[in-house]
Amino acid sequence: MGWGMQRSFVDCDPEVCTGCQLCELACAGVKEGCFDLELSRIHLVRPDPTVMMSVTCRLCENAPCVAACPRLALSTHPENGTIVPDKVLCTGCGWCIEACDFGAIAMDRRTKTVVICDLCAELPNGPRCVEICPKKALDLTTAEGVAQRQRNRAVRLLASM
Amino acid sequence: MDPGSYQMLLIDLTERRVETLPLARELFEKYLGGVGLGARLLLDYCHPGADPLSPQNPLVFVASPMAATLVPAGSKHALVTKSPLTGMIGDSLTGSFWSAALRLAGYQALVVTGAAETLTYLFIDDGRVYFKPASHLEGLGCWETEEAIRRDLRDSRVRIAAIGPAGEKLVRYAGVFNDGTRRAGRGGVGAVMGSKKLKAIALRGTQPVRVADMAGMERECFNLYKVAQDAPTEKYRVLGTPANILTLNRLGALPTRNFQQTTFSGAEAISGERLYESHLVKVTACSGCPIACEHIYHAGSGPPKPIRTRMDYETLFALGSLCGVDQASWIIRAAGLCDQHGMDSISTGGAIAWAMECFEKKFLGLEDTDGLELTFGNGPAMVEMVEKIAHRQGLGDLLAEGTRLASQKLGGGSDHWAIHAKGLELPGYEPRSLKTMALGFAVGTRGGCHNRSPSYEVDMSARVDRLKAEAGRGAMNRDQEDFAAVLDSLVICKFMRKCFSDFYADAARLYAASTGIELSPEDLRLAGERICHAKKAFNIREGWERNMDWLPGRTLNEAIPDGPAKGVRLTADELTLMIEDYYQARGWTPQGLIPREKLEEVGLGDLWLGPLDTSADRSTGRSTDRTPDRGGFLAPDSTDKPSVKSPDRTTDVGRFPAPGAREKTPGSSTPDGVGHAT
Repeated sequence: MGWGMQRSFVDCDPEVCTGCQLCELACAGVKEGCFDLELSRIHLVRPDPTVMMSVTCRLCENAPCVAACPRLALSTHPENGTIVPDKVLCTGCGWCIEACDFGAIAMDRRTKTVVICDLCAELPNGPRCVEICPKKALDLTTAEGVAQRQRNRAVRLLASM
Repeated sequence: MDPGSYQMLLIDLTERRVETLPLARELFEKYLGGVGLGARLLLDYCHPGADPLSPQNPLVFVASPMAATLVPAGSKHALVTKSPLTGMIGDSLTGSFWSAALRLAGYQALVVTGAAETLTYLFIDDGRVYFKPASHLEGLGCWETEEAIRRDLRDSRVRIAAIGPAGEKLVRYAGVFNDGTRRAGRGGVGAVMGSKKLKAIALRGTQPVRVADMAGMERECFNLYKVAQDAPTEKYRVLGTPANILTLNRLGALPTRNFQQTTFSGAEAISGERLYESHLVKVTACSGCPIACEHIYHAGSGPPKPIRTRMDYETLFALGSLCGVDQASWIIRAAGLCDQHGMDSISTGGAIAWAMECFEKKFLGLEDTDGLELTFGNGPAMVEMVEKIAHRQGLGDLLAEGTRLASQKLGGGSDHWAIHAKGLELPGYEPRSLKTMALGFAVGTRGGCHNRSPSYEVDMSARVDRLKAEAGRGAMNRDQEDFAAVLDSLVICKFMRKCFSDFYADAARLYAASTGIELSPEDLRLAGERICHAKKAFNIREGWERNMDWLPGRTLNEAIPDGPAKGVRLTADELTLMIEDYYQARGWTPQGLIPREKLEEVGLGDLWLGPLDTSADRSTGRSTDRTPDRGGFLAPDSTDKPSVKSPDRTTDVGRFPAPGAREKTPGSSTPDGVGHAT
């Protein structure tokens, strides 16, 4: 954590990501105890042999998924800002999945409720995907952290011209 | 899928019949998975003596039993079939998302038999199998086929293994390509798929894969990921295998101009270092791999669209130094076409280099090449030839047969420079200056191969004098082969091999965490030995002869003319000495046959059907006549399959189901008293 009140989320740097999918496998492993990739809270997207990035919940400040839920089953965690589904209220209608711009929400076919990244709050080493990422493409960071990375990259590029 | 509970899918394309069969736990104890289990399934399902391009030859896909788990670089699968290039076992490895998807779909293996009437693709949607028409995919490149099928099925996460035009045209070294950049290249598995009129296999796997010990797996794997970012994998991570160009050039072991030379004047220009600076697009990884060795390069601007392709040392040498081409952009272009059309780049380069030498020696003229100046170093002509081979146009039709058959057809002694072993074009290691590798090429079950017999590692170590042929290399080659067989069957990518502190012990723990099958390090080593024997047994059944363990004429009759190994030779006597030393180390007869006791010792007693006819001149190793009716020493009958348990229930998973018992058993033929030597 850091940068005052900003929320931390798992961010993937596409320039560093090699598309290895270990984040997806590790997430399913730690959350489900087996490799059920449909229930992974992070997904590798690799539409082309040279384009790849993992996508998970960005913890939107004004989360459209929360607003879209007709049964008010989604709420924002007061401390870390993660989106918390209420398993009793959730009917598995899928409006939140449609509202999410990143496809970060998955449907659990057995419980008929949605699953969303919770930053592995219960684990001492933080999100398992960040811990496992062999290339450090994943980072638990904030909007400001991402902005700094981009700024630094732009300045280095300009300086080398 | 529960650990220890595995099933395979038997798909008959002729009858459009699909059957799910359980795979016994014992198979995973004895053959692991990948190449090993694939070899066993080939022995069971291939009709003895089958023409490789006939419906009687099965195409076997076997995933790693550790795919779709955290095991580093473990998401791989093997394709095993009777090779149309060698007539012997053709086992080819590839990896990434398709391998994982096979297990996520609930299967450990697929055995595809028969042949479709018209071009077809298979869609395996978890437990359901659909036979889909593929006429709209005819002639499409491998990646285009993947994209088209994903559009068809409206699912961007469907994983696809496909053939390109080369596979459709039965180019004998066509491969099966998956996930954009991965290839089961060697041995012509794509031609076998083409002969079955099977364009692609698409997988949607959404089932959970379970492991025996998740905590143990995490512990083992997290440690390996760390090591995999360190010195043991530095070569693969930083420059990738193209780094080998300058290393082998320095050793006088870089095959150049069709093995006429061992150093290349253009080595610097096509080196991994140079490519990295000027052509690199992106470094990527297979599914589940912490290393990321895959370097994707662009060929610069050029019509019709910029070509980008993955490049490894073997492709770089085969389309570079071997053809005398020193401009990276032409090499990348040719490699891109090999990927698009679905061809093994090593054999493609080998065939073109052979033709270039024929052209320079006036065995082929401009009238044969459609006016192409097919000389060494002519990059544009090489690229044009790749196109012609893929579509079997003009001279390409001859080269599509592979150098062995092509040189037999052309005649005139051109086989002297047809550089293959058992029909498989040699990879990028000069056998005369790497003597243990020479032995590995000569005796390899799939032909001249550095992956199944990785004995260049012995030569490059301080253990031996690599320029010297001597007794003792047999045991070293045996150990390298056994080690490779374990890696190729577990499957763990070879690039992880230096990350283990005690390989057999570490790998046994990973295997147990995944499958629940506890093997001792010695069990695992023995599995490697057993798998090598199973592959050899298949070859003997299919007509292997002593004289097939040999090297091409140039290697044995010419001294190296250049570089640090100048003047070095490999004589026929030296090669014979090493081969006999190897047979002895294996516990085989001096003729290279497996005695019954040895088969039993490695747990393959069921393969024995009786002594082989060793009369006449077989023992000289130069025999050419064969008993015409050599059936299999395996030959299961129709009621008792030796390793695949009969199903408890026939699962009806076909779109056009044919419920009920299966009458025909693949591989059913009458045993007629043929086997290994007494």
